[in-house]
Amino acid sequence: MKTLRIGYNSCGIAAGAEETLAKLNDVIAEKPGFRLVKTGCNGMCYCEPIIDVIEDGVTYTYGNLTADKVEKFIDAMEKGMHIKEWVIKHPAISTDHDSYNAGQVKLVTRNIGVIDPENIGDYLAAGGYKALEKVIRTMSPQQVIDEIKASGLRGRGGAGFSCGMKWQFAKDAPDDEKYMICNGDEGDPGAFMDRSTLEGNPHSVIEGLAIGAYAVGAREGFFYVRAEYPLAVKRLRIAIEQASARGFIGQNILGSNFSLHLHLVEGAGAFVCGEETALISSIEGKRGMPRTRPPYPAISGLWGKPTNNNNVETYANVPWIIQNGAEAFAKYGTKTSKGTKVFALAGKIKRGGMIEVPMGTTINEILTNIGMGIQNDRACKAVQMGGPSGGCIPFHLFDTPIDYESITATGAIMGSGGMVFMDEDTCMVDIARYFLSFTVDESCGKCTFCRIGTKKMLEILERITKGRGREEDIEELQRLGQAIIKGSLCGLGQTAPNPVLTTIRYFKHEYEAHIKDHKCPAKKCRALITYRILPDKCTGCTLCAKICPVGAAQGERKKIHIIDPEICTRCGFCKDACKFEAIAVE
Amino acid sequence: MENNLSYIEDVLNRYKGKKGSLITILQQVQAKKGYLEQEALELVAKRTGMSTASIYGVVTFYAQFRLTPIGKHLIRVCHGTACHVQNAEGLTEAISSELGIKAGETTPDGLFTIETVACLGCCSLSPVIMIGEKVYGKLTTDKARKIIRDYKKMEMAS
Ligand SMILES: Cc1cc2nc3c(=O)[nH]c(=O)nc-3n(C[C@H](O)[C@H](O)[C@H](O)COP(=O)(O)O)c2cc1C
Ligand code: FES
Repeated sequence: MKTLRIGYNSCGIAAGAEETLAKLNDVIAEKPGFRLVKTGCNGMCYCEPIIDVIEDGVTYTYGNLTADKVEKFIDAMEKGMHIKEWVIKHPAISTDHDSYNAGQVKLVTRNIGVIDPENIGDYLAAGGYKALEKVIRTMSPQQVIDEIKASGLRGRGGAGFSCGMKWQFAKDAPDDEKYMICNGDEGDPGAFMDRSTLEGNPHSVIEGLAIGAYAVGAREGFFYVRAEYPLAVKRLRIAIEQASARGFIGQNILGSNFSLHLHLVEGAGAFVCGEETALISSIEGKRGMPRTRPPYPAISGLWGKPTNNNNVETYANVPWIIQNGAEAFAKYGTKTSKGTKVFALAGKIKRGGMIEVPMGTTINEILTNIGMGIQNDRACKAVQMGGPSGGCIPFHLFDTPIDYESITATGAIMGSGGMVFMDEDTCMVDIARYFLSFTVDESCGKCTFCRIGTKKMLEILERITKGRGREEDIEELQRLGQAIIKGSLCGLGQTAPNPVLTTIRYFKHEYEAHIKDHKCPAKKCRALITYRILPDKCTGCTLCAKICPVGAAQGERKKIHIIDPEICTRCGFCKDACKFEAIAVE
Repeated sequence: MENNLSYIEDVLNRYKGKKGSLITILQQVQAKKGYLEQEALELVAKRTGMSTASIYGVVTFYAQFRLTPIGKHLIRVCHGTACHVQNAEGLTEAISSELGIKAGETTPDGLFTIETVACLGCCSLSPVIMIGEKVYGKLTTDKARKIIRDYKKMEMAS
């Protein structure tokens, strides 16, 4: 009997896993000897669709198994053979992809892509809910908190506050009614670790939250998951039902006097709702407006009651720590940042996906060893970490080890784990403008500095990218940025200037080129570039003229074409369409 | 014509008296028709005892809620960071020019709506778009046009 495990997370489905699965079902329908299981994503998103073949306890992982390859694949399987060129992971065969996994240490993600997330039996077989059982049967709430404190686990949602301390505050708050919240809003564009965890192993998050609830004395828990993640919502809902049916959640859990009821709330598309006080307002059914802290949620949170909120990944760490001990966890990482961190690799990196590395790994190790560098062998310019609250770390600082303090020292933040890599074709002024337009859209409007300040900054950045920047603009941006950091009510405003300030700090020359020379060095900003047809390469195929939406590209068949710069909107369609690389951007 | 609002009744009954459920109610009401019609909001206000104004306050705060109908196929173009650096803007323009509408608009035949969103969570496949529930990744402007044309063909055939 061969077990075929297909990676069936959103990313896999987008890459064609649905078609592959349909074809597989078709092909093996009549054939005995195969068992087909759906699982999450093993993190190698760049190779999806992915299928594991398990026989006699040995796993062959196949990558890029699109529907058209299924027949040949099953054919080989039936003959008891393997197609070695398609294998991307195997304990005894070396493949081109080994470096992707070599530097990783999987604690949180170890079961993602292995178990069937919709079947609690799989999670239990992998030791699931054993940690919950352990705390209920053998540990006092204070012992649990001491263990988490000793592990050094810090919040994975951005700010990096000590998880054990936070639990202590909530435990010590004098109230009978307390709440647990799991922040699954993952609003940082370019990040998908929490999605992948919720889709691939929802029980690990439920178990972590339940252990926390036991420790702080909460009897109700809320999962807040963003609306853009329908599959995560679905699988979490199934997991909660199955855990309740088995008595891991609900009244008198495992026969103890600890009870916990869980609710699932879907976000409604507002970035600020990732901020914990705004999130609380949103769960209460209101506009997601942040409140001033203190009082912190641990004292007065949901419906005014003591509330503990942690990120998805923070909770997912907890069962492992309880099972293996604080010491085993603290063995990984650096002095101030213990354990591992999950990252989402995206942007211009060759191998995009979800990885888990020990804290202290350098950015360069991630880019070079795991990600295999930049697409098309272009030069890397920077990595964006921490999303709209974070910043761009330039390539020359890629030896920075990943821990909370070192990343903060660069001007960026650890953030939740999105890493978007940028190459020499990315304009850093445009990136700053992009993030500011995001924050302007998402600012809730409650405080003036954030509402009006970010808008002013955006106006200046737009002016610069249009070639109308003024000499004093850079200083003005810095001045405004500092004022917004100081004057804003919540984390959104307090961190919104970061993408601008870090790009000015490391890429001032790009700002100056826009302002003084009216040039965009990366050739991105439309007002500062022109499209031109290279006469020696143009074959007069007329494709550009056909695709040009404004009639700027013109010419007769078999004659050299031209682009009229007066009409051209620089949409770039012609360049994308041209088969002869005959169109240059200047 | 009298507007039939019975589709809201079971949603309202399910959450009757449950605190904090306004957003969930609105999500489920919207799921039925794709948008929130004025009469529906008024009924929700009446039943929950909230003012229509405060309900509008919530509706307009969250990007998910719509006050106008959408096309049969909702095309969401991701403008998250990873997609932005991989030419999401060009992609949006290509889709726009293919359909003759801008982002935020619906084609006159009611078949397509284009929307921009801030990350669909498939960043490793950027640039990404979503049509209905289906995600398309690693796109170029050419591939995106082709996908849209296939949808158009499919509609013509039916
Ligand atoms: C504007 C803004 C957005 C945020 N978005 C998220 C988010 O999407 N997910 C998350 O876990 N934390 C987010 N946070 C951080 C939360 O406020 C909070 O610190 C975190 O959920 C605490 O969990 P942790 O201690 O486990 O990290 C955001 C903060 C701000 C200011
Ligand atoms: S940035 Fe486009 S899917 Fe995340």
